[in-house]
Amino acid sequence: MASPFPKPNETVALPDPLREAVGELLLAMADDEVLLGHRDSEWVGHAPILEADIAMASIAQDEIGHAVLWYSLLQELGWPDPDRMAYFRDPPEFRNATLVELPKGDWAFTIVRQFLFDFAEKVRLEALMASAWAPLAEAAAKVRREETYHLMHSRAWVLRLGDATEESHRRMQAALEQAWPHALGLFEPTPGESLRVAEGIQPPEAELRARWEAEVRPILEAASLRVPEAEPVYGGRHGRHTEHLDALLADFQMVARSGLGETW
Amino acid sequence: MVSDGAALTREAVLTALEAVKDPEIPTVSVVDLGLIYEVRVNGDEVEVDFAPTFVGCPALHVMEREIVERIQALGARRVQVRRVYRPPWTADRMNERARQALRELGIAPPRPVPAEITLAVFERLPCPFCGSTDTRMENLFGPTSCRALFYCNACQQPFEAFKPL
Repeated sequence: MASPFPKPNETVALPDPLREAVGELLLAMADDEVLLGHRDSEWVGHAPILEADIAMASIAQDEIGHAVLWYSLLQELGWPDPDRMAYFRDPPEFRNATLVELPKGDWAFTIVRQFLFDFAEKVRLEALMASAWAPLAEAAAKVRREETYHLMHSRAWVLRLGDATEESHRRMQAALEQAWPHALGLFEPTPGESLRVAEGIQPPEAELRARWEAEVRPILEAASLRVPEAEPVYGGRHGRHTEHLDALLADFQMVARSGLGETW
Repeated sequence: MVSDGAALTREAVLTALEAVKDPEIPTVSVVDLGLIYEVRVNGDEVEVDFAPTFVGCPALHVMEREIVERIQALGARRVQVRRVYRPPWTADRMNERARQALRELGIAPPRPVPAEITLAVFERLPCPFCGSTDTRMENLFGPTSCRALFYCNACQQPFEAFKPL
Protein backbone atom coordinates (compact mmCIF):
# COMPACT_ATOMS: atom_id res chain seq x y z
CA MET A 1 0.00 0.00 0.00
CA ALA A 2 1.32 3.43 -0.88
CA SER A 3 2.18 5.68 2.02
CA PRO A 4 -0.34 8.46 2.57
CA PHE A 5 2.40 10.77 3.81
CA PRO A 6 4.19 13.50 1.94
CA LYS A 7 7.88 12.70 1.53
CA PRO A 8 9.89 15.87 2.07
CA ASN A 9 13.27 14.19 1.64
CA GLU A 10 12.20 11.42 -0.67
CA THR A 11 14.91 10.01 -2.87
CA VAL A 12 14.66 11.60 -6.26
CA ALA A 13 14.54 8.78 -8.75
CA LEU A 14 17.39 8.79 -11.21
CA PRO A 15 16.91 7.60 -14.78
CA ASP A 16 19.43 5.24 -16.34
CA PRO A 17 22.22 5.65 -17.28
CA LEU A 18 22.63 8.35 -14.60
CA ARG A 19 21.45 5.92 -11.91
CA GLU A 20 24.29 3.57 -12.75
CA ALA A 21 26.80 6.41 -12.94
CA VAL A 22 25.85 7.70 -9.48
CA GLY A 23 25.95 4.12 -8.21
CA GLU A 24 29.59 3.83 -9.34
CA LEU A 25 30.49 6.90 -7.29
CA LEU A 26 28.64 5.69 -4.19
CA LEU A 27 30.20 2.26 -4.49
CA ALA A 28 33.70 3.73 -4.58
CA MET A 29 32.96 5.88 -1.51
CA ALA A 30 31.31 3.08 0.45
CA ASP A 31 34.00 0.50 -0.32
CA ASP A 32 36.76 2.96 0.64
CA GLU A 33 35.14 3.65 4.00
CA VAL A 34 34.21 0.12 4.98
CA LEU A 35 37.71 -1.21 4.30
CA LEU A 36 39.56 1.68 5.91
CA GLY A 37 37.27 1.28 8.92
CA HIS A 38 38.28 -2.36 9.10
CA ARG A 39 41.99 -1.52 8.86
CA ASP A 40 41.59 1.11 11.60
CA SER A 41 39.84 -1.41 13.81
CA GLU A 42 42.93 -3.64 13.62
CA TRP A 43 44.62 -1.18 15.99
CA VAL A 44 42.11 -1.73 18.78
CA GLY A 45 44.12 -3.17 21.62
CA HIS A 46 47.45 -2.52 19.88
CA ALA A 47 47.88 1.24 19.46
CA PRO A 48 51.03 2.89 20.89
CA ILE A 49 49.16 4.69 23.67
CA LEU A 50 45.73 4.17 25.18
CA GLU A 51 44.46 7.53 23.91
CA ALA A 52 45.36 6.51 20.36
CA ASP A 53 43.68 3.17 20.81
CA ILE A 54 40.41 4.88 21.77
CA ALA A 55 40.75 7.28 18.86
CA MET A 56 41.27 4.52 16.31
CA ALA A 57 38.27 2.58 17.65
CA SER A 58 36.11 5.67 17.35
CA ILE A 59 37.39 6.56 13.88
CA ALA A 60 36.85 2.98 12.69
CA GLN A 61 33.27 3.11 13.93
CA ASP A 62 32.66 6.43 12.17
CA GLU A 63 34.09 5.19 8.86
CA ILE A 64 32.00 2.03 8.91
CA GLY A 65 28.93 4.10 9.80
CA HIS A 66 29.60 6.32 6.80
CA ALA A 67 29.98 3.24 4.61
CA VAL A 68 26.53 2.06 5.74
CA LEU A 69 25.10 5.45 4.79
CA TRP A 70 26.58 5.28 1.26
CA TYR A 71 25.50 1.63 0.86
CA SER A 72 21.99 2.65 1.99
CA LEU A 73 21.82 5.27 -0.74
CA LEU A 74 22.95 2.59 -3.18
CA GLN A 75 20.17 0.35 -1.95
CA GLU A 76 17.67 3.11 -2.72
CA LEU A 77 19.04 3.13 -6.25
CA GLY A 78 18.41 -0.60 -6.62
CA TRP A 79 21.56 -2.28 -5.29
CA PRO A 80 21.40 -5.08 -2.67
CA ASP A 81 21.27 -4.23 1.04
CA PRO A 82 24.37 -2.94 2.91
CA ASP A 83 25.22 -6.26 4.56
CA ARG A 84 25.15 -8.11 1.26
CA MET A 85 27.30 -5.43 -0.33
CA ALA A 86 29.90 -5.52 2.44
CA TYR A 87 30.07 -9.24 3.16
CA PHE A 88 29.09 -11.12 0.02
CA ARG A 89 31.12 -9.60 -2.77
CA ASP A 90 34.50 -10.86 -3.96
CA PRO A 91 37.63 -8.73 -4.50
CA PRO A 92 37.03 -7.92 -8.20
CA GLU A 93 33.62 -6.49 -7.28
CA PHE A 94 35.10 -3.97 -4.84
CA ARG A 95 35.67 -0.45 -6.15
CA ASN A 96 37.87 0.92 -3.35
CA ALA A 97 41.16 2.62 -4.07
CA THR A 98 44.10 0.34 -3.24
CA LEU A 99 45.20 2.81 -0.52
CA VAL A 100 42.66 1.47 1.96
CA GLU A 101 43.37 -2.23 1.45
CA LEU A 102 47.09 -2.05 2.25
CA PRO A 103 48.01 -3.66 5.58
CA LYS A 104 47.95 -1.37 8.58
CA GLY A 105 51.76 -1.26 8.70
CA ASP A 106 53.43 0.69 11.47
CA TRP A 107 51.86 3.61 13.31
CA ALA A 108 53.44 6.08 10.87
CA PHE A 109 51.83 4.37 7.88
CA THR A 110 48.46 4.29 9.61
CA ILE A 111 48.65 8.01 10.38
CA VAL A 112 49.86 9.00 6.90
CA ARG A 113 47.21 6.89 5.18
CA GLN A 114 44.45 8.25 7.42
CA PHE A 115 45.65 11.82 6.86
CA LEU A 116 45.74 11.47 3.07
CA PHE A 117 42.34 9.77 3.07
CA ASP A 118 40.66 12.21 5.48
CA PHE A 119 41.61 15.21 3.38
CA ALA A 120 40.57 13.45 0.16
CA GLU A 121 37.22 12.76 1.79
CA LYS A 122 36.99 16.38 2.93
CA VAL A 123 37.39 17.82 -0.57
CA ARG A 124 35.04 15.20 -2.04
CA LEU A 125 32.33 15.83 0.55
CA GLU A 126 32.61 19.59 0.24
CA ALA A 127 32.13 19.24 -3.51
CA LEU A 128 29.23 16.82 -3.13
CA MET A 129 27.42 19.19 -0.76
CA ALA A 130 26.60 21.08 -3.98
CA SER A 131 25.59 17.92 -5.86
CA ALA A 132 22.52 18.10 -8.06
CA TRP A 133 21.23 14.88 -6.49
CA ALA A 134 19.72 16.07 -3.19
CA PRO A 135 20.05 12.83 -1.16
CA LEU A 136 23.78 12.80 -1.87
CA ALA A 137 24.19 16.50 -1.08
CA GLU A 138 22.36 16.08 2.26
CA ALA A 139 24.36 13.03 3.31
CA ALA A 140 27.62 14.72 2.32
CA ALA A 141 26.81 17.73 4.51
CA LYS A 142 26.12 15.45 7.45
CA VAL A 143 29.28 13.38 7.09
CA ARG A 144 31.43 16.48 6.48
CA ARG A 145 30.61 17.80 9.94
CA GLU A 146 31.66 14.56 11.59
CA GLU A 147 34.87 14.41 9.61
CA THR A 148 36.02 17.61 11.33
CA TYR A 149 37.28 15.49 14.22
CA HIS A 150 39.16 13.05 12.01
CA LEU A 151 40.85 15.95 10.24
CA MET A 152 41.96 17.53 13.53
CA HIS A 153 43.32 14.19 14.70
CA SER A 154 45.27 13.10 11.64
CA ARG A 155 46.66 16.57 10.94
CA ALA A 156 47.91 16.89 14.53
CA TRP A 157 49.63 13.49 14.37
CA VAL A 158 51.31 14.25 11.04
CA LEU A 159 52.65 17.54 12.38
CA ARG A 160 53.80 15.86 15.60
CA LEU A 161 55.57 12.87 14.06
CA GLY A 162 56.95 14.50 10.91
CA ASP A 163 59.97 15.96 12.66
CA ALA A 164 59.75 14.78 16.28
CA THR A 165 62.76 12.47 16.20
CA GLU A 166 65.05 11.06 13.58
CA GLU A 167 63.21 7.75 13.73
CA SER A 168 59.73 9.28 13.55
CA HIS A 169 60.77 11.38 10.56
CA ARG A 170 62.30 8.39 8.79
CA ARG A 171 59.21 6.27 9.35
CA MET A 172 56.82 9.05 8.30
CA GLN A 173 58.80 9.74 5.13
CA ALA A 174 58.85 6.03 4.25
CA ALA A 175 55.11 5.83 4.93
CA LEU A 176 54.44 8.82 2.68
CA GLU A 177 56.47 7.30 -0.13
CA GLN A 178 54.51 4.08 0.13
CA ALA A 179 51.06 5.67 0.54
CA TRP A 180 51.24 8.62 -1.87
CA PRO A 181 50.87 6.75 -5.22
CA HIS A 182 47.97 4.75 -3.80
CA ALA A 183 46.40 7.93 -2.43
CA LEU A 184 46.48 9.40 -5.93
CA GLY A 185 44.40 6.35 -6.86
CA LEU A 186 41.55 7.81 -4.78
CA PHE A 187 41.00 10.11 -7.77
CA GLU A 188 41.13 7.41 -10.44
CA PRO A 189 38.55 8.16 -13.14
CA THR A 190 35.57 5.84 -12.85
CA PRO A 191 32.88 4.75 -15.29
CA GLY A 192 30.21 7.40 -15.70
CA GLU A 193 32.37 10.28 -14.52
CA SER A 194 31.73 12.45 -17.56
CA LEU A 195 27.99 11.90 -17.21
CA ARG A 196 28.09 12.73 -13.48
CA VAL A 197 30.03 15.88 -14.19
CA ALA A 198 27.66 16.90 -16.99
CA GLU A 199 24.65 16.35 -14.72
CA GLY A 200 26.12 18.33 -11.82
CA ILE A 201 26.53 15.32 -9.54
CA GLN A 202 30.24 15.95 -8.92
CA PRO A 203 33.19 17.95 -10.25
CA PRO A 204 35.85 16.08 -12.26
CA GLU A 205 38.14 13.80 -10.26
CA ALA A 206 41.16 15.73 -11.59
CA GLU A 207 39.75 18.87 -10.01
CA LEU A 208 39.22 17.11 -6.67
CA ARG A 209 42.79 15.87 -6.78
CA ALA A 210 44.09 19.40 -7.37
CA ARG A 211 42.07 20.71 -4.40
CA TRP A 212 43.34 17.84 -2.25
CA GLU A 213 46.97 18.47 -3.13
CA ALA A 214 46.51 22.14 -2.30
CA GLU A 215 45.36 21.08 1.20
CA VAL A 216 47.79 18.29 2.04
CA ARG A 217 51.06 19.56 0.53
CA PRO A 218 51.45 22.58 2.87
CA ILE A 219 50.78 20.41 5.94
CA LEU A 220 53.25 17.74 4.82
CA GLU A 221 55.80 20.47 4.16
CA ALA A 222 55.23 21.94 7.62
CA ALA A 223 55.87 18.45 8.99
CA SER A 224 59.23 18.37 7.13
CA LEU A 225 58.01 15.63 4.83
CA ARG A 226 58.82 15.49 1.12
CA VAL A 227 56.09 14.47 -1.32
CA PRO A 228 57.51 11.90 -3.73
CA GLU A 229 57.36 12.19 -7.49
CA ALA A 230 55.24 9.20 -8.35
CA GLU A 231 52.68 7.97 -10.81
CA PRO A 232 49.26 7.06 -9.38
CA VAL A 233 48.45 3.44 -8.65
CA TYR A 234 45.19 2.94 -10.52
CA GLY A 235 43.01 -0.14 -10.87
CA GLY A 236 41.13 -0.28 -7.58
CA ARG A 237 38.16 1.67 -8.92
CA HIS A 238 37.91 -0.93 -11.72
CA GLY A 239 38.18 -3.96 -9.45
CA ARG A 240 41.91 -4.61 -9.90
CA HIS A 241 43.38 -4.91 -6.44
CA THR A 242 46.53 -5.92 -4.58
CA GLU A 243 46.78 -9.34 -2.96
CA HIS A 244 46.14 -7.63 0.37
CA LEU A 245 42.42 -7.28 -0.37
CA ASP A 246 42.02 -11.07 -0.50
CA ALA A 247 43.45 -11.45 2.98
CA LEU A 248 41.44 -8.51 4.32
CA LEU A 249 38.13 -9.84 2.98
CA ALA A 250 38.86 -13.37 4.18
CA ASP A 251 39.04 -11.96 7.69
CA PHE A 252 36.34 -9.29 7.39
CA GLN A 253 33.72 -11.52 5.71
CA MET A 254 34.42 -14.77 7.54
CA VAL A 255 31.64 -14.65 10.13
CA ALA A 256 28.96 -13.38 7.76
CA ARG A 257 29.83 -16.10 5.25
CA SER A 258 29.99 -18.94 7.74
CA GLY A 259 26.43 -19.80 6.72
CA LEU A 260 25.06 -20.11 10.20
CA GLY A 261 22.37 -17.51 9.58
CA GLU A 262 22.98 -15.79 12.88
CA THR A 263 20.74 -13.00 13.93
CA TRP A 264 21.79 -10.45 16.51
CA MET B 1 -1.22 -3.83 20.87
CA VAL B 2 -4.00 -1.32 21.47
CA SER B 3 -4.09 1.21 24.29
CA ASP B 4 -7.11 2.62 26.10
CA GLY B 5 -8.33 4.26 22.92
CA ALA B 6 -6.88 7.70 23.62
CA ALA B 7 -6.51 9.67 20.43
CA LEU B 8 -3.36 8.94 18.47
CA THR B 9 -2.12 12.49 18.07
CA ARG B 10 1.20 14.13 17.31
CA GLU B 11 1.32 15.44 20.89
CA ALA B 12 0.59 12.00 22.34
CA VAL B 13 3.38 10.52 20.25
CA LEU B 14 5.87 13.18 21.33
CA THR B 15 4.96 12.61 24.97
CA ALA B 16 5.44 8.86 24.56
CA LEU B 17 8.82 9.40 22.92
CA GLU B 18 10.08 11.18 26.02
CA ALA B 19 10.44 7.68 27.45
CA VAL B 20 12.87 6.68 24.68
CA LYS B 21 16.39 7.25 25.97
CA ASP B 22 19.76 7.14 24.32
CA PRO B 23 21.10 3.83 25.71
CA GLU B 24 24.57 5.34 25.99
CA ILE B 25 23.24 8.37 27.89
CA PRO B 26 20.38 6.67 29.70
CA THR B 27 18.78 9.70 31.35
CA VAL B 28 18.36 11.77 28.18
CA SER B 29 15.43 11.27 25.82
CA VAL B 30 15.47 11.41 22.04
CA VAL B 31 13.04 14.34 22.27
CA ASP B 32 15.29 16.36 24.60
CA LEU B 33 18.32 15.62 22.40
CA GLY B 34 16.40 17.13 19.48
CA LEU B 35 16.60 13.97 17.39
CA ILE B 36 12.89 13.94 16.51
CA TYR B 37 12.44 16.33 13.59
CA GLU B 38 8.81 15.63 12.78
CA VAL B 39 5.93 13.34 13.63
CA ARG B 40 3.12 12.81 11.12
CA VAL B 41 -0.05 11.03 12.16
CA ASN B 42 -2.57 9.80 9.64
CA GLY B 43 -5.34 7.72 11.19
CA ASP B 44 -3.56 4.77 12.80
CA GLU B 45 -0.34 5.26 10.84
CA VAL B 46 2.60 7.24 12.15
CA GLU B 47 5.76 8.41 10.50
CA VAL B 48 8.69 9.82 12.48
CA ASP B 49 11.62 11.79 11.05
CA PHE B 50 14.63 10.84 13.15
CA ALA B 51 18.03 12.53 12.85
CA PRO B 52 21.20 10.70 13.92
CA THR B 53 23.79 12.52 16.02
CA PHE B 54 26.75 10.61 14.58
CA VAL B 55 25.91 8.45 11.56
CA GLY B 56 27.96 5.53 12.90
CA CYS B 57 26.35 5.56 16.34
CA PRO B 58 25.58 1.93 17.23
CA ALA B 59 22.68 3.03 19.44
CA LEU B 60 20.61 4.27 16.48
CA HIS B 61 18.96 0.90 15.88
CA VAL B 62 18.11 0.51 19.54
CA MET B 63 16.46 3.93 19.66
CA GLU B 64 14.58 3.36 16.40
CA ARG B 65 13.23 0.04 17.61
CA GLU B 66 12.05 1.56 20.86
CA ILE B 67 10.43 4.49 19.03
CA VAL B 68 8.37 1.98 17.03
CA GLU B 69 7.39 0.01 20.14
CA ARG B 70 6.33 3.09 22.11
CA ILE B 71 4.14 4.34 19.26
CA GLN B 72 2.62 0.92 18.66
CA ALA B 73 1.70 0.88 22.34
CA LEU B 74 -0.41 3.99 21.66
CA GLY B 75 -2.44 1.94 19.19
CA ALA B 76 -0.71 2.74 15.93
CA ARG B 77 -1.00 -0.02 13.35
CA ARG B 78 1.90 1.05 11.18
CA VAL B 79 4.95 3.01 12.31
CA GLN B 80 7.79 4.10 10.10
CA VAL B 81 10.98 5.75 11.34
CA ARG B 82 12.86 7.61 8.61
CA ARG B 83 16.44 8.76 9.07
CA VAL B 84 16.85 12.34 7.95
CA TYR B 85 20.00 14.36 7.38
CA ARG B 86 18.55 17.70 6.37
CA PRO B 87 19.25 19.91 8.14
CA PRO B 88 22.12 18.05 9.81
CA TRP B 89 21.60 17.55 13.53
CA THR B 90 23.68 19.87 15.65
CA ALA B 91 24.17 19.99 19.39
CA ASP B 92 22.25 23.28 19.43
CA ARG B 93 19.08 21.17 19.13
CA MET B 94 19.49 19.82 22.67
CA ASN B 95 17.19 21.45 25.19
CA GLU B 96 18.10 22.63 28.69
CA ARG B 97 16.72 19.46 30.24
CA ALA B 98 19.15 17.38 28.16
CA ARG B 99 22.03 19.67 29.11
CA GLN B 100 21.25 19.39 32.80
CA ALA B 101 20.92 15.60 32.58
CA LEU B 102 24.32 15.42 30.85
CA ARG B 103 25.94 17.47 33.63
CA GLU B 104 24.47 15.14 36.23
CA LEU B 105 26.10 12.21 34.42
CA GLY B 106 29.46 13.97 34.48
CA ILE B 107 29.32 14.93 30.80
CA ALA B 108 29.85 18.59 29.94
CA PRO B 109 27.16 19.74 27.50
CA PRO B 110 28.34 21.42 24.30
CA ARG B 111 28.57 25.16 23.87
CA PRO B 112 26.70 26.87 21.03
CA VAL B 113 28.09 25.32 17.87
CA PRO B 114 30.09 27.67 15.62
CA ALA B 115 29.80 27.48 11.84
CA GLU B 116 33.24 25.93 11.68
CA ILE B 117 34.24 23.67 14.55
CA THR B 118 37.82 24.22 15.75
CA LEU B 119 39.72 23.22 18.87
CA ALA B 120 38.64 26.56 20.38
CA VAL B 121 35.27 24.98 21.24
CA PHE B 122 37.07 22.88 23.84
CA GLU B 123 39.02 25.64 25.56
CA ARG B 124 38.14 26.35 29.21
CA LEU B 125 35.08 24.11 29.00
CA PRO B 126 33.33 24.21 32.41
CA CYS B 127 33.80 21.06 34.49
CA PRO B 128 30.43 19.32 35.02
CA PHE B 129 31.40 18.46 38.62
CA CYS B 130 32.79 21.70 40.07
CA GLY B 131 32.10 24.27 37.36
CA SER B 132 35.74 25.36 37.10
CA THR B 133 36.99 26.40 33.68
CA ASP B 134 40.54 25.36 34.55
CA THR B 135 40.17 22.27 32.36
CA ARG B 136 41.97 20.64 29.47
CA MET B 137 41.03 18.36 26.61
CA GLU B 138 42.84 15.02 26.81
CA ASN B 139 41.43 13.18 23.80
CA LEU B 140 39.16 14.25 20.95
CA PHE B 141 37.76 10.71 21.04
CA GLY B 142 36.07 8.95 23.92
CA PRO B 143 33.89 6.00 24.85
CA THR B 144 31.31 6.89 22.19
CA SER B 145 31.48 8.83 18.92
CA CYS B 146 29.79 11.83 20.49
CA ARG B 147 32.06 12.22 23.52
CA ALA B 148 35.59 13.56 24.13
CA LEU B 149 37.79 13.16 27.22
CA PHE B 150 38.78 16.03 29.54
CA TYR B 151 40.50 16.68 32.86
CA CYS B 152 39.64 19.27 35.46
CA ASN B 153 42.73 20.81 37.09
CA ALA B 154 40.62 22.31 39.89
CA CYS B 155 38.84 19.24 41.25
CA GLN B 156 41.27 16.78 39.65
CA GLN B 157 38.54 14.73 38.06
CA PRO B 158 38.51 13.34 34.55
CA PHE B 159 35.26 14.08 32.75
CA GLU B 160 33.66 13.73 29.36
CA ALA B 161 32.16 16.32 27.05
CA PHE B 162 29.53 15.98 24.38
CA LYS B 163 31.18 16.99 21.11
CA PRO B 164 29.75 19.93 19.22
CA LEU B 165 28.52 18.80 15.82
